[in-house]
Formats: sequence, structure tokens, C-alpha cells
Amino acid sequence: MSSTAHSHHNYIKIFIILSVLTAVEIGITFLGLPRKLLVSLLVGLAVWKAALVALHFMHLKLEKKTLTIIAIVPFVLCVFLSLMLLPDIFPR
Amino acid sequence: MSEAVAVHGAVEPAETPLTPESWGKLGMWLFLAGDAMSFGGLIVAYGALRYHSKSWPVPAEVLGINLTALMTFLLIVSSVTMVLALAGLQEGDKRRFNKFMSFTILGGALFLGLQAYEWTHLIGHTLPHYNLAFGKDLFATTFFVLTGFHGMHVTGGVIYNSSVLAAVNRGRYQAKHVEIAGLYWHFVDLVWILIFTFVYLL
Repeated sequence: MSSTAHSHHNYIKIFIILSVLTAVEIGITFLGLPRKLLVSLLVGLAVWKAALVALHFMHLKLEKKTLTIIAIVPFVLCVFLSLMLLPDIFPR
Repeated sequence: MSEAVAVHGAVEPAETPLTPESWGKLGMWLFLAGDAMSFGGLIVAYGALRYHSKSWPVPAEVLGINLTALMTFLLIVSSVTMVLALAGLQEGDKRRFNKFMSFTILGGALFLGLQAYEWTHLIGHTLPHYNLAFGKDLFATTFFVLTGFHGMHVTGGVIYNSSVLAAVNRGRYQAKHVEIAGLYWHFVDLVWILIFTFVYLL
């Protein structure tokens, strides 16, 4: 019973963190930060939030490693794809 | 000789199964990995097209982020009610499951309603004002392709979750089926988190 109460507590905690991070994301867009800094911060926050959802709501933290590896593959491939396109995005 | 090999093979189990408790879970994760690549391809294409464009409207200015922030919050809430519904069913509390699963479905439906409202407003008022339109410029085209692709996933999720709710109450589905549906639903939430950043905030 105490363990289930604890897991509920965790879900609510994750929910609060996600909400706060969303508020921070919206907040920093009004600060007038340099573009590169803003982009890095926003992408970092989004990846952080996505990881929280995958680890806690999708239980990756408690699952076998195989599922984590499956989950990471598309992420790695998309980073690769972005890097391959970089020379086209920023021509010399 | 071959017999000995066969006997040896029978005694020694080949490998431990990936997820002995649920092949369905493994199946869903494999599907989501493929689906993630579809979304990833679209998002990377969006990025490449955007950086190639000579001019790009300020998304927050054209699209507005107040309504979208509410939609983001809605999906996060419906993700939480989904895990609470699963926890309820795992503890054998069917009433709690029914309550939270209904909230989850309601959250998804509400999200779709808001998106329909947003699209209607954009197509009818905002985009013409900025001289933008689907199929005419990359900003509007990539916007509708990305949010539309995601919206179809939400639609599928609402139907999926409703079917699961009905099947549990008819006694055909158990907690493990709800967990698999939950994986899909959280994935849809996860993708929206990324779309919210890339399409609306950046």
C-alpha cells in the first residue's frame, strides 16, 4: 500500500515538474535572449521533458534495457539525420 | 550426433525472452520507434526547410502560444490521469480506473476540439492576414502537416482509449492491455512536447 501511495506521489511530482518546465519554456521566450542561447535552452528543456515522460510515465526506468535501446534508436537516427543535413543548412 | 545437439538445445534455453510478461508491450515499443522516426523525419525536414528559407514568420506572433500552452497542459494532465487509471486497475479498483480513464479520453477529445478551433481561426483569419496559406508557403504547409499528423495520432488515441475502457468493463482487457494503450498515449504527449517547442516556441 505504501509503495503504491509512493508511486502516485511520484506521478504527481513528475506532473508538477513538467508543468513548471513548460512555464519556464514560455517564460524564457520573453526574455529577449540571444537566438542561439534561446534555441539551445528550449531544445534542452524539450528533451528533458520528453525524457521525463518516457522514464516515468512510460516506465522505461523500471523496464528491461532492451526497451530503452529500442526507444533510443529513432532518437539517435534523427540526430544523425540532422547532422547529415547540417552542411546543407549552413553552407560554407 | 544431431540428436545430441537437439537434446542439448532442449535442455539449454536459447535466450531469455525480451518481455516474457507481455509481447504486446514489445510490439507497441517497436511500433512507437517506427512512428517516432516518422515524426522525427517530419521535424528534421521542417528544420531544414526553415533554415533554408530567406524569411520565416515569427511563429509565436502568427500562431499565438496562449491556446497552445493550454493544449500542452491538457495533454500532460491526460498523461497523468492515464497513469493513475492504470495504477487504479492494477490495485483492482475499477471505479478509480473508470474515472481516470474517462478523464484521459475527455482530455484528448478536448485537445482535438481546441485544435479544430485553432485551425479554423488560423485558416479563416490569421493566415490570410499574413498572406500565408497551406500549399502556398513553407511556414503554413509544414505547420499543418506536422500538427495534422499529430492530431491524427490524438484522434487514434482517443478511439483506442475508448475501446480499452469499454473492453475492460466487459472483462476482456486487463491492466496489461491498459499499460500498452498508455504507452501509445504517453508517446503522443511526448511528441506534442517536441512539436510545441519546434513549431510554436522556436
